[in-house]
Amino acid sequence: MIKVLKPGFYSTIQDAGRFEFQEYGVPYSGAMDTYAASMANMVLGNSENAAVLEMTMTGPTLQFDCETIICLSGADMSPVLNDVPLVNNKAIHVPKNAVLSFGKLNDGFRGYLSVSGGFKTDKVMGSRSMFKGVTEHCVIAKGDELSIKEHIEVMLKKNASIKKNDKYLHSNSVEVFKGPEFDKLSKNQQQILLTQEFSISKDNNRMAYQLEQPLENNLDAIITSLVLPGTVQLTPSGKLIVLMRDCQTTGGYPRVLQLKESTMNIMAQKFMGNKVCFKLLDTY
Amino acid sequence: MTFNVTYKPFGERAILIEWPPKIDEMILKDIIRFKTAIIKNNIESIVELKSAYNSLLIVYDTICRNFENEVNLLKNIYKSPNLKHVILSKLWKIPVCYDADFGIDLDTISAENKLSKTEIIQRHSQAVYTVYFIGFLPGFLYLGGLDDSLHVPRKSTPRLKIEKGAVAIGGHQTGVYPIESPGGWNIIGNSPIMFFNPKSNPPCFAKAGDKISFYPISINEYNDIKMLSTAEVYQLESEVIDD
Repeated sequence: MIKVLKPGFYSTIQDAGRFEFQEYGVPYSGAMDTYAASMANMVLGNSENAAVLEMTMTGPTLQFDCETIICLSGADMSPVLNDVPLVNNKAIHVPKNAVLSFGKLNDGFRGYLSVSGGFKTDKVMGSRSMFKGVTEHCVIAKGDELSIKEHIEVMLKKNASIKKNDKYLHSNSVEVFKGPEFDKLSKNQQQILLTQEFSISKDNNRMAYQLEQPLENNLDAIITSLVLPGTVQLTPSGKLIVLMRDCQTTGGYPRVLQLKESTMNIMAQKFMGNKVCFKLLDTY
Repeated sequence: MTFNVTYKPFGERAILIEWPPKIDEMILKDIIRFKTAIIKNNIESIVELKSAYNSLLIVYDTICRNFENEVNLLKNIYKSPNLKHVILSKLWKIPVCYDADFGIDLDTISAENKLSKTEIIQRHSQAVYTVYFIGFLPGFLYLGGLDDSLHVPRKSTPRLKIEKGAVAIGGHQTGVYPIESPGGWNIIGNSPIMFFNPKSNPPCFAKAGDKISFYPISINEYNDIKMLSTAEVYQLESEVIDD
């Protein structure tokens, strides 16, 4: 079991997501940065869909009431275990009663903590991903006790090495396909959309990222239709909205772009003020 | 009846099928028939199917390397005579308490639409609504069939908190908030039943193509049903319709 001493800014349990319930209006959810989440799992030999803790901007303070092995990946949040600084993407032995805490955010926006065997919090509709109205809790809170399995292993495999790629944490090029309503934009609007730099606004969360620069348009709303994580919607006032993992299943704004799935991981590590450029791919 | 449907890729592993852009029961029936036929074909690579007013989205488990092939397969299913499956749907009778404690916007609608509160409640509970699809929130039913005289614009400033079970009108639509949520619709009552229960499978009693009607209940009946519903022992009234 892990006891939450401080929850951090916004920390949630996430696995690969909740599938086959979209027709009931249930979002996919799941780790925002699937690359980092599966990296954290793979280092420990977990299944890549094992539940991890997703930490946003400021990490939590956690106390382990049993011995285990953990791994951190994604954002670098200056992790410390009992006053010893840690590095990302490495298996770390955690003794009983140790306290894991985080400091300054150095790199990225979302960090991931995996534990040997994965978090064993409640599974609802096939997934442990927290979501309001589906799971009992939608975020971890002070005093919560997160269930894990004890793992006693004195010897860590020191030779195992992981080829990691942190470049995506700094990339601002977001690969996209045309969305269903892309062709309704004028040539000029299409050109602006695909060449201009857009910055992430203060309105950004697990549901969606709003972009700062408006794209003037005269597109009408569409009859409520279907959207997916990675859909870029354009509102009548010109706001561009990039839908993320917790997005609704349907939407009524024109869908101008669709992010390539792997570039969702780049978006997931962006925060207010960061810039992105959309790069159009023509083949699937 | 078949429509002129179009097929578009939507990202790397989804195909969007679109019907003419209107809200129409014939289109809804065609979408449900097509969806049922696709499911009966057991295409292994399909992991998810979801529909809205005039569209159907098919999500595959891996990247669609050959979009044309997948589309041709779907086109054949759409043309096949198997499409004429009989689809049974249900009419669900939903209890609603329209008392002033719940129906906080009844006065506003009454003034704006020049109808008495009794008339609003009568017209709202006499209609039979069609469930087009579920979206917006888990268990939120998109319903067609609201009486023209009850159309009210959404509030210019949405409320930060609308109670679970709130029955509301937004523009030409009516619906029930399945969980507490922010929202801009006008609230006319509250239903004590659960529209979304993550512990049951399926999590919603209704599905696209079903019908819904509302009937007024007193606050005492509301409290009784709420208690049974919270204990998950309340049996909702329904009848099977075959059309």
